[in-house]
Amino acid sequence: MNRVLIAEDLYLLRDGLVHLLQAHGFTVVAAVESGPELLKGLLELRPDVSIVDVRLPPTLTDEGLQAALAARKQLPGLPVLVLSQHVEQLYARELLADGSGGIGYLLKDRVFNADQFIDAVRRVAAGGTAMDPEVIAKLLARNSRHEPLAALTPREREVLEAMAEGRSNAAISQRLYLSESAVAKHTASIFAKLGLAPSDDDNRRVLAVLAYLNSR
Amino acid sequence: MPQTESMLHRFGQVATLLALILVQLPLIVLALLMLVLTFALGVVVLLPPQVRMVRRFAELHRRLLREWTEVDIERPYLPEPPPPVPQADGMYRSERTLYKTPRVPAWNNRWKWMVSDPATWRDDVWLALDPVVKVLMLPLFAVIPARALRMYAQWCELLLGATAASRLAGQVSHLRRTRHLAADSQAAEMRRIERDLHDGTQARLVAIGMTLGAAEQLIDTDTRAAKALLAKARDASSETLTELRRVIRGIHPPVLAERGLADAVRALAMDSPLQVTVTVDLPDRPESPVEAAVYFAVSELLANAARHGDARTAAVDISHHGTGLRVTVTDDGLGGADPAKGSGLTGIERRLAAFDGVLALNSPPGGPTTVTMDLPGVLPRKQADAMPHWKIVVVVLLWGTAWCPTFPQGIVAAIFKIFQIEKPGWFLPLHLPGPWQWPAIIGMIVLGATMYAVAHRIPVNHDRRIRMSGGVPTNLRCS
Repeated sequence: MNRVLIAEDLYLLRDGLVHLLQAHGFTVVAAVESGPELLKGLLELRPDVSIVDVRLPPTLTDEGLQAALAARKQLPGLPVLVLSQHVEQLYARELLADGSGGIGYLLKDRVFNADQFIDAVRRVAAGGTAMDPEVIAKLLARNSRHEPLAALTPREREVLEAMAEGRSNAAISQRLYLSESAVAKHTASIFAKLGLAPSDDDNRRVLAVLAYLNSR
Repeated sequence: MPQTESMLHRFGQVATLLALILVQLPLIVLALLMLVLTFALGVVVLLPPQVRMVRRFAELHRRLLREWTEVDIERPYLPEPPPPVPQADGMYRSERTLYKTPRVPAWNNRWKWMVSDPATWRDDVWLALDPVVKVLMLPLFAVIPARALRMYAQWCELLLGATAASRLAGQVSHLRRTRHLAADSQAAEMRRIERDLHDGTQARLVAIGMTLGAAEQLIDTDTRAAKALLAKARDASSETLTELRRVIRGIHPPVLAERGLADAVRALAMDSPLQVTVTVDLPDRPESPVEAAVYFAVSELLANAARHGDARTAAVDISHHGTGLRVTVTDDGLGGADPAKGSGLTGIERRLAAFDGVLALNSPPGGPTTVTMDLPGVLPRKQADAMPHWKIVVVVLLWGTAWCPTFPQGIVAAIFKIFQIEKPGWFLPLHLPGPWQWPAIIGMIVLGATMYAVAHRIPVNHDRRIRMSGGVPTNLRCS
């Protein structure tokens, strides 16, 4: 569960990522710097998780994102954590569209906080999701005027936010200083208010919430 | 019956024209008197009313003839001078005199504008000659009124219509104005970016540097405090990045660079608090400056709809017609948007003006608000405009074979004939009976030359047709 591929065109950042991941016990199987190399690496090496910059040579547009999407089309659920200097709901939707999990989409700044970043990498490698708080904030802001979401209590909103970022009940309880059973109660209430079928599987639960938010 | 009716109609129009002579004659006398007073006695204040009077009368003829004969006589006047701009000290300069109010400089500019416009004097010449022409054309008006009216319109066009020079002047002034607007808005953008970087990013980086310096000093003596400072520096750098992202979005949004206009507008729609539907029908990506202008325009309009209009849903439609781009943004808000109230619409107009783009706003009180933006000639031309295959084959064949009639069968045969070399060889004309030889030789040379000419003309004509059809219809605001 620790073979990782890195695709990043800036040498300093690539090198930094390699060191960071190695220091946390990952094996870097490849560190590439262009879109075609990335696609080839993803399909041939099938890394346990890949860390991919959206903007890669040769076109310096969204090569990295396209390569990740193409690879996941052939190998559904191939865990990919996409990094970018900016987050777009458009890209988040495209990444989530196949509904198969194992996806992450974070701002590059999140690398600053090594613990949280490594936690996100592990989550994605395990088939979970890691959505940037900024994506979630935008999603919620956009939906805040609509009925079921407006009916949530502030606490429930916080739980929803953390849940949509891809965190497990344990992680949420830690972050919000709640007991795990309290978190479970909140999530049940959220699911009831949004009219979603409850699920014990952390990952399926997150995808359901994101799909709900995106469908609005 | 309908024929006689239309004849009667024509006679009515002719009668109107002739009746206008009754107004024209006193007008001529008055106009001449005012001119004499202006230039002989120096009563300069009389010129502007004189010019206005003549122009109004000429305009009446332009309008009548446009309605009756479909001969569209373009207004030839040079663009009006812009209002005077105050200097730094608030005074208005005209030549070497300073004024406190813009009234006198404005009047001076208008006076100069009227005198220096050749159309002013062409109008006067027309006014003086027109009654004579009308009278001379009386027999024609009586026999063939419809055709005579057209002829009369052509006469008027001769003196009242736009000349190449006046059109060019109009276009130059239009271009100068749009260039000013483009340069202005670009300079304003640069200033805004500079301010953002200076007040935001730069200041934050200085703070980070200072924090790091403090941490460096403390690291040996007080590790805990140094650690806290480092954490602070990290947070500050994160904030700086957020700030920088905002600045970059204002310069050129990354999603636009990565995905092009269609997806960038979709991304905008997702970020908007409104329920926005986006339809895009574009065969190719426009040039990057056009994409940016349209993107910022749509962004501004959606923000307006959410801020002022109390809208819930909006629709963005991007389509093409030929090489033109049309963008329509509709929202179901309260309407009543007024560009004069500075709702960012003037800024959009300015940005679009650089591409000859225009903005039309329809926002009745109570809504809905529709904004349509048209940018002519900004899309790349279709590949179908390349020469068709058959034309290429014809041109190659012509270039490849034209030498044969021209040189051996034409010119060389002629030289043989002149020097009376008796070797017909394969020179066909020399095998003909004597009197036919020269006509055949000349015929060969003409044939060869024609083939060269046609081979040259086909591509040239093709290019010109494309240039004409692809040309931007410029809006000459000569008024």
